[in-house]
Amino acid sequence: MTRTSAAAEVRGGPQPPAPLDPAAAISVRGLVKRYGDFTAVDGLDLDIRRGEIFALLGPNGAGKTTTVEICEGFRGRDAGEVRVLGVDPAQATRRWKAQLGIVLQSGAGDSQLTCRELLRAQASYYPDPRDPDEVLELVGLTEKAGARGRSLSGGQRRRLDVALGIVGRPALLFLDEPTTGFDPEARRQFWSLIRSLRDLGTTMLLTTHYLDEAEALADRVGVIARGRLVEVAVPSALGGRGAAPAMVTWTEDGVRRTEATPTPTAFVQQLAARFPGEVPDLAVARPTLEDVYLQMIGHEPGEGAQA
Amino acid sequence: MSATVRDRAEVALPPVARVYRSRAAVELKEFFRQRESVVFTLVFPVMMLVVFGAVLDYDLGAGVTFTQYFMAGIIAAGIVGASLQNMAISIATERSDGTLKHLSGTPMPKSAYFVGKVVQVLAVTVLIAAILLAVGVFAYGIDLPSGSDWFTFVWVAVLGAAACTLLGIAVSSLAKNGRSASAMVTPIALVLQFISGVFFQFSQVPAWMQTIASLFPLKWMAQGLRSVFLPDVLAAEEPAGTWELGRVALVLGLWCVAGLVLCVLTFRWQDRGTD
Repeated sequence: MTRTSAAAEVRGGPQPPAPLDPAAAISVRGLVKRYGDFTAVDGLDLDIRRGEIFALLGPNGAGKTTTVEICEGFRGRDAGEVRVLGVDPAQATRRWKAQLGIVLQSGAGDSQLTCRELLRAQASYYPDPRDPDEVLELVGLTEKAGARGRSLSGGQRRRLDVALGIVGRPALLFLDEPTTGFDPEARRQFWSLIRSLRDLGTTMLLTTHYLDEAEALADRVGVIARGRLVEVAVPSALGGRGAAPAMVTWTEDGVRRTEATPTPTAFVQQLAARFPGEVPDLAVARPTLEDVYLQMIGHEPGEGAQA
Repeated sequence: MSATVRDRAEVALPPVARVYRSRAAVELKEFFRQRESVVFTLVFPVMMLVVFGAVLDYDLGAGVTFTQYFMAGIIAAGIVGASLQNMAISIATERSDGTLKHLSGTPMPKSAYFVGKVVQVLAVTVLIAAILLAVGVFAYGIDLPSGSDWFTFVWVAVLGAAACTLLGIAVSSLAKNGRSASAMVTPIALVLQFISGVFFQFSQVPAWMQTIASLFPLKWMAQGLRSVFLPDVLAAEEPAGTWELGRVALVLGLWCVAGLVLCVLTFRWQDRGTD
């Protein structure tokens, strides 16, 4: 459905690029960004629909942050077309910025101000801000309203970054690795915050290293590798995961055996008929999101799976 | 969805004056709540005045003590600290820790950032001058300026602070972070204080050092302020034999222009390495 440049190559030679999608929240065609000899983004196409949560997955150095920061207007580009809420980020205006919320990977800096003061200051830049106290409530920092920014723990600071990102009531929210350094409990809380923002109609572009995060939150996932978008799909179908053959394993004559089959139910029935009772060590598995992801970015399953 | 977004885009941006007030409040809180900056910028010059006033209380002639002479120099040095050193260090810090990048991603008008900084410098400058004058008068019996000397005091202070603020903003772009900015400007400021007639009488500084000092604003600020605090007889001790107020205005004005050009050419909202 989304035509990636990798797919175009498979079909033999580059095709004329599809036109920019004017209705999309973000529409990118043929994006290229080089740093000296290094091509960080190499002909990337991307469409993000209004109202969806889109997760961009990829290893470090794949071009995630570069792509996002070009869309945010922080970086220039060497080639390609970009429209964010209908505007070319290279021609950013204050009015355009007023519709965005940006949570940078590096956070919003140190401060002597309290959380509430920081949010009030941030709100003063926007035409139609949310109430700072409501935002503190939303991110779970009400108890820290009077604490100075620099006194917060890592997870609290990240929630403050998110609070600063949403106080301007953005139509489009960028979240660059928002939960890095969170404990599992904080991540769950953060996920429910993101879901409630989606229910308020906010479009979100999320980059993350955590596959479970992408699977839990995203309407669609894009995998970026070596500066290109290699696939876009709903999380359950990524890498043909939904239709991938199942792996059936069992032990027979003292040997561990594996069979890949598109019809595991029928296969297990045949297998059951060959044994008098239980099939020894029977297991049926489909590739996990991690398996297909690692395959896409060029790793073998099991290698560097913790990344 | 797209309709609501378009409606929202119609909502007017907040008035610029309100954003300026908001930024000014942020900058004042950031400065006065940070112990290091308050000690470095406000307490240090006062300590210098207390120590020098107690130790070097000799007579310069014409019934004037060195403390009276030092008053002009330490106020000039205090202004440099409140403007040049303060701006160089705080902006370099805010650039390296992501504050500037964060702000540039908001609809805040860019001018508001600088307005906030200028308000901060003004407030700190007024405060440091007032504290130094108060300590001088009550502890060391300094004679306050009178009549038109106050006018000279104000224009030298304002012009000097403006030149040094612009220079500080420009210098911040040369540093990697706040610490490296501090390591860069603190020794330079200290050396300039020694050769610009702050800690010693300018007439006692070797001629070649006087020449170097004359290239920078501090010497001219101190000289302009000496015309305020010292009787006109002592103008004879100055290199030109007069207070040269016209040249003070000219050099500080030129530094304002140069500083502004450097700011425009070098100011960055992000760390180097990203564009």
